[in-house]
This record gives sequence, structure tokens and C-alpha cells, in this order.
Amino acid sequence: MSAASATAAPAPPKVLRVPEHTVEIVSDSGEGAQKCGQIFGAVSAKMGNGVWTVELIPAEIQPPPRVPEGASGNRIRLGEHAVTNWGDRTNLVIAFNEQVLLARHRVDSLADDAVILIEDKWARSEDADIVAQWDAAMKELSGKHYRIIPVAMEDQCLTIVDNPKKGKNMFALGLLARVYGRDMERIKEQIAHAFRKKSEEVYNSNVALLELGYHWAEDNIDFRVEIPTHAADKPLVVMNGNEAIGMGAIASGMELCAMYPITPATSVSHYLSEVFEKFGGIVHQAEDEIAACGVAIGASYAGKVAFTITSGPGMALKTEFLGLAVMTETPLVLVNVQRGGPSTGLPTKVEQSDMLAALYGQTGDSPHIVMAPATIEECFHIMITARRLAETFRTLVMVLTDANLATGVSPYPKPTLDEAWQAAPLDLAPVKEGQKAYAWNKDTGLSDRIIPGRPGGMFTLTGLSHDEGSKVAYSSGIHQHSSAMRSRKIAVLQSLLVPPTVYGEESGDLLVVGWGSTKGAIEEAVDRARKEGLKVSSLHLRFLSPLEPGLKDIFKKFKKVMTVEINYSDEIGDPYINEENRRRGQLSILLRNATLVDVDCWGRVPGEPLRPMSIVDAIRGRVPRGGAK
Amino acid sequence: MSYTCGLLPVLDQHEDHHYEMSEYEGAKARWCPGCGDHSILTAVQRLLAAEQLVPEQTMMVSGIGCSSRLPHYMKTYGFHGLHGRALPVATGIKLHRPELTVFVTMGDGDCTSIGAGHWVHAMRYNVDMVAMMLDNGIYGLTKNQTSPTTPQGFKSNTQPYGSILPPLNPLEVALGITNASFVAQTAEWAPSHLYATLRAAYKHKGFSFVRILQRCPVYTPAIYQKAVQDPARIQLLVHDDGVVTPDLDKIYQSQLHHDPRDLAAARALAEQTETIKLGVFYRDPSKPRYEETRRVAPRTPAERVALLEKEFARYAV
Ligand SMILES: Cc1ncc(C[n+]2csc(CCOP(=O)(O)OP(=O)(O)O)c2C)c(N)n1
Ligand SMILES: [Mg+2]
Repeated sequence: MSAASATAAPAPPKVLRVPEHTVEIVSDSGEGAQKCGQIFGAVSAKMGNGVWTVELIPAEIQPPPRVPEGASGNRIRLGEHAVTNWGDRTNLVIAFNEQVLLARHRVDSLADDAVILIEDKWARSEDADIVAQWDAAMKELSGKHYRIIPVAMEDQCLTIVDNPKKGKNMFALGLLARVYGRDMERIKEQIAHAFRKKSEEVYNSNVALLELGYHWAEDNIDFRVEIPTHAADKPLVVMNGNEAIGMGAIASGMELCAMYPITPATSVSHYLSEVFEKFGGIVHQAEDEIAACGVAIGASYAGKVAFTITSGPGMALKTEFLGLAVMTETPLVLVNVQRGGPSTGLPTKVEQSDMLAALYGQTGDSPHIVMAPATIEECFHIMITARRLAETFRTLVMVLTDANLATGVSPYPKPTLDEAWQAAPLDLAPVKEGQKAYAWNKDTGLSDRIIPGRPGGMFTLTGLSHDEGSKVAYSSGIHQHSSAMRSRKIAVLQSLLVPPTVYGEESGDLLVVGWGSTKGAIEEAVDRARKEGLKVSSLHLRFLSPLEPGLKDIFKKFKKVMTVEINYSDEIGDPYINEENRRRGQLSILLRNATLVDVDCWGRVPGEPLRPMSIVDAIRGRVPRGGAK
Repeated sequence: MSYTCGLLPVLDQHEDHHYEMSEYEGAKARWCPGCGDHSILTAVQRLLAAEQLVPEQTMMVSGIGCSSRLPHYMKTYGFHGLHGRALPVATGIKLHRPELTVFVTMGDGDCTSIGAGHWVHAMRYNVDMVAMMLDNGIYGLTKNQTSPTTPQGFKSNTQPYGSILPPLNPLEVALGITNASFVAQTAEWAPSHLYATLRAAYKHKGFSFVRILQRCPVYTPAIYQKAVQDPARIQLLVHDDGVVTPDLDKIYQSQLHHDPRDLAAARALAEQTETIKLGVFYRDPSKPRYEETRRVAPRTPAERVALLEKEFARYAV
């Protein structure tokens, strides 16, 4: 198919009214697809659509051009209402070459009837190899019912700029603006913001390209997509989960982030490095993760709680220090933005495989608090809770997020800020006569923390087993007692938590239990399964240590309980696998242990967020129509 | 980082109190009789008394090893952490509370083996603290294993046929690190030199690395014995900007006038190991200090909330 000439009088476009639509824009890395996708997502949110944006990131910085592995860009899911996850498949794709398009096709990212707007200069290349690649790609794609619309993007851009490589993304943005009826003034504001550090000239040429794309689409694309918008009833903010973590840390009054760069956690420190100092905080890039953890512990010990941020391999290195924080009852917040493992694993991709390492990875008995935010909004609020719990319970608090939350961008209600979220000023009052370094309350294990500078204290804290006075003690009685005191605190925290609420009916055939970033996808899957008549509900946990109370009672009301997790588990029916040797999903191990309920699991490690449809399939597999056995 | 304590009225209750040396004494030291660590502990307590350091504003940070027990024997605040990791903890303390005076005690294994990476970077950060490396040339606490500073050929439990490698020279390493600002060597069996060196280290604004040669009476009684018995094997580096100990002139007649500002000369001296050189090799108080370059204006909760409102406006939909 060839594009209609721009001079022909266009027929009015067909209008497609849908409750949601998913768009991808993919290019070689460095061609600006991400900027285009981000602006499109931000403007859509401002206009009153639900939006979930994820980055499509190649693992290499400069992959060679025109290879599937180099595909870089964004997927933007738009909805009439709030969008909580990246969805199933893409309905419309803009691709800058056929190889990056193939990458998306091969991971089954595109709906069977997806519309594809593709740069077609490759088909007309003087290089016979490129033409052959194009032809082969078209053949591979022909198995699906895609509607492929060739667009001479660079030729178009050349009519107004000298170098079409720069700014092609703005032409693409113009196409999207027209197809989705986006507000051009708002787009221009976003462009002005995105290029605020560049010259007026750059802005002007970007806007010219935007308008060129818009008009080209007006003349040549025979359909439009309309997704109803609703003005938000409260002010919204839009950001990714790592920015939310950074802002939450600021709102909690923490003043030191000690870190060592590691994907996908680093962008928290990129964000904080830019703004933290004006809030009275610093980002300390240490020589390694071990040192980062030590610096955070030193700062916390000396005053306000500090935090360290990392991903799986870094958490492994911090292990010994984490135990020290627990043993010396030094408050510390650790954020682990999980990626695929083990080892270097999948550096840029989501996984939820560090739960057991987080809970049990330290040597000895090392009770501490572990939490997991389920949404971008919770990434913000959890930092405030984490700081406060670390201080109150005098212990380590781990926050487990993942690459899905880290790079997902979605709007949420702007928090109403509260000064009380912040750490209190340092208390340097003299210590009471006879006060102990760890004046454990015998019932709760809680004790007051004494920081240097307080007259009359002068304790030496130690990682060696110690008594209340921090005297090194090797006697078994003291170790038993101090272990009980550190452990008790976790139970005390549990006594203060409320049971989680079930999503859907409170009884039924199947309860799906999840944790972390999968909440949106799980609940969407539950909605769909219920529409099919399946009696399914779900439960989402924020606390992993201690577990939220009342789980056993909740589980009892369902015939079957199953976790859905982004970590590996064996499937019954795989060679050699049986009930006894089956390696289970990490949350299911935890829940079976805590409740003695035969909790089943369904886990996948696809290197991408779970798609609701795959969860629906899993549910169907576990609950045959007509109810569970 | 802010020290919100700075916003509170400062009560100076210390003005008229004179601290006796005994007021810096903590638990009774449990090192072996004859262990050089005893003398180091005394020198530190003497220094604190001489300088009238306020106990609650003084921090002793250590790693793990015999030497790292030192904080328990002091009556100051102390943090006895992990093997090799005293320096990151001390760095964190100073970043948040620069007003505290920090001393770090490490063993030779602690500092130059498991903690070598932190040592290199701590020298480069140049955070104001006194870092003492108590070098007995052996792993003491774990009972006689070869350390990086064990003399070549020395027989230990892990290298029973003799230490395989030539020993690492901590002074050469320290003097090779960019932004190093104070490098000195002293010996525990020369108490007045030890005291004077620690005092110079304390007076120096920046990261003061002091290698203290220390006898282990159990595992390495011999390694410094010749030098202890024959003062001619020792050469003092003397300078008004370094350490001067007139009371030692009679014993240590081999002396060299060395200007601690001369880095090239310091490196050359560090390389010469036929005689043991005690004194300040290098000192440059003008080197930037990390806790100073990273100092930021403190914020009140109200200011922080106001700024955060503005920050949210950038992300407003
Ligand atoms: C991670 C870790 N590895 C090993 C040890 C065991 N360990 C304790 S002290 C020590 C070496 C002590 O030697 P040194 O640092 O020279 O101190 P010294 O006892 O000689 O003063 C070792 C290997 C430990 N505590 N932690
Ligand atoms: Mg030693």
C-alpha cells in the first residue's frame, strides 16, 4: 500500500470509539522514540485519560542500528479510566525501521489487528541487503492481520529540515496527536519543557515537525481513535516509581542516600542528585555497595535515618552490613528495585525474585521489616512509612520495588504533604542516669535509641552478641534473650496492622494472592475472569515481614489459594516435578509456612511485566468452569 | 545535610569541667599481657585528656580484630562494626555529624586486606578523622594467619612454609592515593613518639592515616624485636610541621629533617625500608575535605514541604 498523495482531498476519517488503546513507538536507540512516547503519555494524562507508560529499553547503550535487539521506545496504554498496568497487546505501533518492529512482533507484543505506521525508506534503499531485510520482515509479519501503513517519514521531514534523523520523533508525535486527537497546545508546552535547555531554534524546528506530522496524518490516515476523557476530581501528578521513591524519601525528611550505580535502581539517585541538595540532603555515591550500606548505617547511627538503594546484586553485597544494622538496632532503609536474577541476570527487566533473599538472606537470625509497594503512588508513601518504622522499631526496613514500577509512568493524586512525616530534630538531651544502650521493654523488645552527642551515654554499639548495656556477652542466656527482643519487635508491628482487604467477593473458588507491582494486572485479570463467571478474588500484600494479620481466616473462605508472582516456580507436570520436590513461588513458600494452607503458585519470568491475559489463562487453568474441586 | 541540633540553643555545660584521663576509660582492656594495643589505648586516652575532648562528642569507630576492641575500652561513643568496614561507617557519621571528633581503629588485615578498597577511597574523600592502623603483621584475633603486611618468609598457620609474597607497604600505597592529606608512621614501643604523632594527626584537618607498628607478643613477637632492641635501625623524620620529640633524641640518633609538604621526598622515603622511619611523611592541610564540599544548607520541615510542593508542581498533570 502506498500513502495517498498529500494533495488529494481527504475523506473524513473513520472514528473508532474505544475505552482503551495501547500505542508503541519503537526506534533504534538514540532516535528519540522515548521522548515522543513520554510527551504523548504526559499530554494524555493531562487531558484526562488513564495512562500507563513503560520504557522499552535495550540492554546495550549503543546497539548497532537496525537490529531487533536494539529496539528502544515506549509503550503507552491509554484508558477512559485509571490504567494500572501495561496491558496485553499493542493496537497501534509507530516503527522507525522494520527490524525494531520485528522485535516487538517476536515477543508477541502486537495485537493481531494492530495498525503499524512504519518508515518505508528502507524498502526504497539503494542497499540491496536492506531491501532484502525489509522484504523478509514483511514476509514474517504477514502471518498476522496487521494493517501496515508505510510512511515516508524522513522524506517528509526533509521538506522542512536538513537533518531528518533529529526530529523524526516529533513528526511521529504529530501523527499520534492527530490520530488520538491530542491537544496541540499542551504538546507544545511539553516540548518547550523537554527542550528548555536548548535554543529557541530547536524548539521552533521541533514544533514545525510536530505540525508537519499532524497535517500529514490529517491528509493521509483514514481513521481516528477516541478514548473518552474525564477531568480528574483532584489534582494529579505523573511520574515513574523511582521518582516517587525519591520524592517520598524527601518527604520523609531523610537526608542521605548512599548508593552505588545499578540498574534499575540508579534513576532514583539520578533524580535525587538533581534536587536533593536544595532539600538539605545529599546523594553519596560510594566506592561499592558495601560501603554505601556502611555510610548509610554510620549516618543513621549518628542521627537521622539514612537510606541506601540498590538492586539484587547490590543487596547481596550489603548482606553483612544489613545484619549489623539489625544487631546494633540501627535504623536503616534499604530499597531494592528488583531485576531478573540470579547473578547479573536481566539488568533492565522486571522480576520479583529477591523476596526470600530479602527476608532470609542475612546470616544468623536477623529479624527485620520488609514491605513492597504495589503502585507508583505507594512508592511515594512507602518511604515515609519505612523511615518511621525504621526509627520506631530501631531496625532495618527493606522496600522491594521492581523494574516495572521503576520505569512505569502513571498519574496519581497529588499527596497532601505533612510536616509530621519528617524525622524529628536530633535529640541531644543528656541521657537519664542508669539508662542502658538497649533498654529493651521485656514485652515488646522496643528500646530508645541514643545517638552520639548525648551526655551520659557513651555506649559502644557492637555487632557481637551483647546484653542491654551493649556489653559483649557470650553467655547463651543473654543471646537467647537478646534474640527474642529483636524478634519480638516484628510481632509487635504485626499486632498494629489491619488485615488486608479482599478484592472481589470474600469467598469463592479461587483466591489469587500477589505482592508488589503485579497488583494492577492481577485485579484486571480477576475482573475479566469474574465476567466469565469464575468465582475468583484477589488479595495483595504490602507487608512481607511481618505478614499482615488474618491471612488464614481469609484463605479459609476459598476452595483454593494461589499466588501470582514474577519469579520462577516449577509446574506440576514438568518432567521430574512432583508435589514434594516442586520449587515454589517465593510468596507461596512464605504463605504456606505462615498459614499451613496448601497455597499453590503460578509464576513466570518473561523479562516483562505480567499481562492480564496470561493471568486470566492461569486462573482458568486452576478453576475449571463449574468451580474448583 | 542538616544538623537540626544546630537549630537548638547550645548549652555549654562543659566549660568548667576538667576531664581526667580516667574519665576516658571504659571497660578493662582484655588484650594479652604485653600486647602493643595497651600502649596505643593509653596514648589515645592521654591525647583526649590533653585536648580535653568532650567524651560524648568523640567517636571511636572500629572494624573487627584484636585491635578493633579499642572502642570498648574507652568512655566515649563507640561503634564496633564489621571486619574491614570501619571507614564507611566513620564516613557516614562524619557526613551527618561533622561536629563529632572521629577516631578509627583498624588492624592490618582489616585495613589493607578486606578493607583495602574502603581505605583507598577514604584517603581520597579526605574526611576529617584520625585513622589508626595497628600493624602487628598478622591476623591476631583469628590466631596467626598471614596478613598483607606479614614479612616474606614468616611462618603462619595459613602459610606454614613461610609467607609467599613480599609484604605490602602501606605507606607507599597511602602516598600514592590522590588527595591523600596526612600519612605518618609511629611505633607503640616509643610512647612519646606515638603520642606526638597521634596529636599531629588529630590536629590535622582531613583524613590522617597513621600506621602504628605494634607488637603481638603471641604470634609476631620477633618481627619488630630487632628495631626495639637496636634504635639504630630506626630513623626519625623530624620537622616543625611534623613531629618533634626532643626526649627521644638520645635514643634515636638517626634523624632526618623531612618537610612533610614534599610528596616526592615522602614517597622516596616510604620506599626505603632498610631502616624503619617514624614520623610524618606527608601533610597537606589544603586538600579538599569531602564533608566540607558536600555540606548543604539545613532545611526545616516547613521549608522542605514548601519546596516539595514546588517540586510536585513540575509533575502536575
Ligand atoms: C567478613 C569476615 N571475614 C573474616 C572474619 C574473621 N576475622 C576476624 S578478625 C580477622 C583478622 C584480624 O586481623 P587484623 O585485622 O590484622 O587485626 P588484629 O586482630 O591483628 O588486631 C579475621 C580474618 C570476620 N570477622 N569477618
Ligand atoms: Mg593484625
